[in-house]
Amino acid sequence: MSEPLVFHFEVDVSDFTSAGTASVTVKKNLRQLGLPSDVIRKLSIAMYEGEINMVIHAEGGTADVIVTEEYIDIILKDHGPGIPDVDLAMQEGYSTATAQIHSLGFGAGMGLPNMKRYSDEMKIDTELGVGTTVTMRIWIR
Amino acid sequence: MKISDVKELLDAEVLCGEENLGHDVFSACGCDMMSDVLAFAKDQAVLLTGLVNPQVVRTAEMMDMVCIVFVRSKRPSEAILKLAEASGIVVMATRVRMYEACGRLYINGLRGDKLKEHV
Ligand SMILES: Nc1ncnc2c1ncn2[C@@H]1O[C@H](COP(=O)(O)OP(=O)(O)OP(=O)(O)O)[C@@H](O)[C@H]1O
Ligand SMILES: [Mg+2]
Repeated sequence: MSEPLVFHFEVDVSDFTSAGTASVTVKKNLRQLGLPSDVIRKLSIAMYEGEINMVIHAEGGTADVIVTEEYIDIILKDHGPGIPDVDLAMQEGYSTATAQIHSLGFGAGMGLPNMKRYSDEMKIDTELGVGTTVTMRIWIR
Repeated sequence: MKISDVKELLDAEVLCGEENLGHDVFSACGCDMMSDVLAFAKDQAVLLTGLVNPQVVRTAEMMDMVCIVFVRSKRPSEAILKLAEASGIVVMATRVRMYEACGRLYINGLRGDKLKEHV
């Protein structure tokens, strides 16, 4: 595995039932590659939370995962409304989720803090009315 | 206990993953909010829930859970069962309600957190 391995997904919002497909696919592939299970677990949770956010808070977008020998980068880019106050959004329990989102089992305001907890580095670039890009890195060693 | 013991204790019907009933499980969590499962679960092998949508299976898969129990007679769709099958997850349904289901498993030795000492 000298060349980085790259996964690219279009994250579609027309159908909530498909949300999380990209994360499941990446997890299955990384398992086959034989990466350490703690690395796979961290990546799975961080990416899945991010993918769900793209579907429930934004209008979908793209998910890219780049696997090198040293680290895994996850880049989630959406075309949603942007996040007005990132520090506030990062707080545990802060959520703008509607009752409809709660009925789907999400919206506790735990996703972004959880992404931060399970990734080794996380960056949020957001612009109101344009979209949000969340970049996370997980070190393999 | 084994997944087959979970089935017996909850008088549950296995909907998929029959071949994995012999797996050992040590802990479980009961939750309708997938956000909370993702944020608070830690090595729990069994997920009891009253929420029925494909995200339940994907959440379980992300958390390396091996068994999903739908409580109070909730029935998952074929699409949900297909997802679970593709991930090797056992799915069962019971008429028992959440509180009662968790209680039955807990008193029979399936704890909330296998990492902690229980006195
Ligand atoms: N991609 C995004 N685009 C726009 N807003 C977002 C995005 N991601 C998060 N947010 C905002 O940040 C808030 C907090 O996000 P977070 O993921 O922590 O919680 P949540 O998604 O509301 O609930 P949970 O993740 O627990 O299901 C959201 O309620 C939303 O207002
Ligand atoms: Mg979220």
